Amino acid sequence: MSALLNVSDLNAWYGESHILHGVNMHVTEGETVCILGRNGMGKTTTLRSIMGLVRKRTGAITFAGQDVMAMPLHRTARAGLGFVPEERGIFASLSVDENLMLPPVVAPGGMTLDEIFQLFPNLLERRNSPGTKLSGGEQQMLAMARILRTGARCLLLDEPTEGLAPVIIDAIGAVLRELKSRGMTVVLVEQNFRFASKVADRFYVMDHGVMTHEFPVGELDARMGMLQETLGV
Amino acid sequence: MIFGIPLQAFLGQLLVGLINGSFYALLSLGLAVIFGLLRVINFAHGAQYMLGAFVAFLALKFLGVPYWGALVVAPLVVGAVGALIERTLLSRLYDLDHLYGMLFTFGLALAIEGSFRWYFGASGQPYATPKALTGVFNLGFMVLPIYRAWVIVASLVVCLAVWALIEKTRLGATLRAATENPSLVQSFGINVPMLLTLTYALGAGLAALAGVLAAPIYQVSPLMGSNIIIVVFAVVVVGGMGSIMGAIVTGYLLGIAEGLTKVFYPEASNIVIFVIMAIVLILRPAGLFGKEG
Repeated sequence: MSALLNVSDLNAWYGESHILHGVNMHVTEGETVCILGRNGMGKTTTLRSIMGLVRKRTGAITFAGQDVMAMPLHRTARAGLGFVPEERGIFASLSVDENLMLPPVVAPGGMTLDEIFQLFPNLLERRNSPGTKLSGGEQQMLAMARILRTGARCLLLDEPTEGLAPVIIDAIGAVLRELKSRGMTVVLVEQNFRFASKVADRFYVMDHGVMTHEFPVGELDARMGMLQETLGV
Repeated sequence: MIFGIPLQAFLGQLLVGLINGSFYALLSLGLAVIFGLLRVINFAHGAQYMLGAFVAFLALKFLGVPYWGALVVAPLVVGAVGALIERTLLSRLYDLDHLYGMLFTFGLALAIEGSFRWYFGASGQPYATPKALTGVFNLGFMVLPIYRAWVIVASLVVCLAVWALIEKTRLGATLRAATENPSLVQSFGINVPMLLTLTYALGAGLAALAGVLAAPIYQVSPLMGSNIIIVVFAVVVVGGMGSIMGAIVTGYLLGIAEGLTKVFYPEASNIVIFVIMAIVLILRPAGLFGKEG
């Protein structure tokens, strides 16, 4: 089975600093893949380079058979990739509703507003509040919800649980399992190892700008020693 | 009598202030729209205002396009020229310091005004008030030329329409979001470079519209823009850079303040706006409607 997302020999730079040194990874349709690694190893840069937010990059990225590298930034979403940034990117001058409706629908098959409010009931109550009046957890849900509306086929999710209370983290885990049951493909960057082990099918471990290990969730226990060493958990 | 000033003189200057304020509001609105999204201080705004008046003047002279047609044609022509300039030249400067955008538009203004002055001379060309708007309203206590009433109403309607476009519509929400985080908005699949071009065109078009409205009042002259633009920059600073409602309200308020100063202390009427600007900058550096930080 050929991969939905294919990344090969990806190098990327922020200004003069060379961050990614030949990243290779692939993600199959419907799979939830988690990138683990310590801070500053290039996890966020990997997602931002796939999305096209980091422009200084070399190598090859294909998504659903299309060459993503050649696309201007506003075409990547149209190809079916959706990005939820670590800082959530909720717009302060927009209401919750305006934030939710901001990304254009790129393909059929996205969630309807009813489905979204069923999944995130908090957002319905706060539709008319300014975006930044939401709690951190609500902002995270809004950042995910607005991409789920668009019909994106693959979600790039950067540290969705960062700074959130355990009960909210459980809720986000439930959302990810629901998405998986709907066939959504997810690339997850996580530091919260326990959370990741509950939602991911497969793991990459990232170190100094390259993927050093790759293993399915079944091998998790056997790999604990290596993970503790590399991640410092 | 108000404070020893005859009522007629008071209301007359209030009206002059409102008229000037109408132009300040329209022009500072365009500047605020452009600055909000492009982060460019558009020094060519005065030249675009002047171009609007000249398009009206030339279209009437050579093509017989009447005033009402000019109200539509001039903003479209100047907006299109603005779009072309943004796409081919200004957009190349976004990755550099904002100062380059300011320098570029300043140079552009000098070039446009210089060539018009070379071709048309520095003196003004008359532009007739359209027939339907000649005459006066006699309000009893004063005489109000119909054209001036029209300018006030037209400016108010256009300002409120642009405000509603930005604050109340989906397109406006996209513009506001792109002001906060353009690359994230673009990653959603929205063509932000195109949005920047259209925004610059909108700002230039608004300046041109103000130019057409001004043509029957102030005459059409190559220097009409550079005369007014310095005051308009002061309006934007007082209102708060990038604040849409701030630019509109401050435009009218400062126009009125200027008019009333002519009644109470005529010697200061040319500097009152700058005095207010200095005071606002000391007390509230972000402007009356601007957000701190």
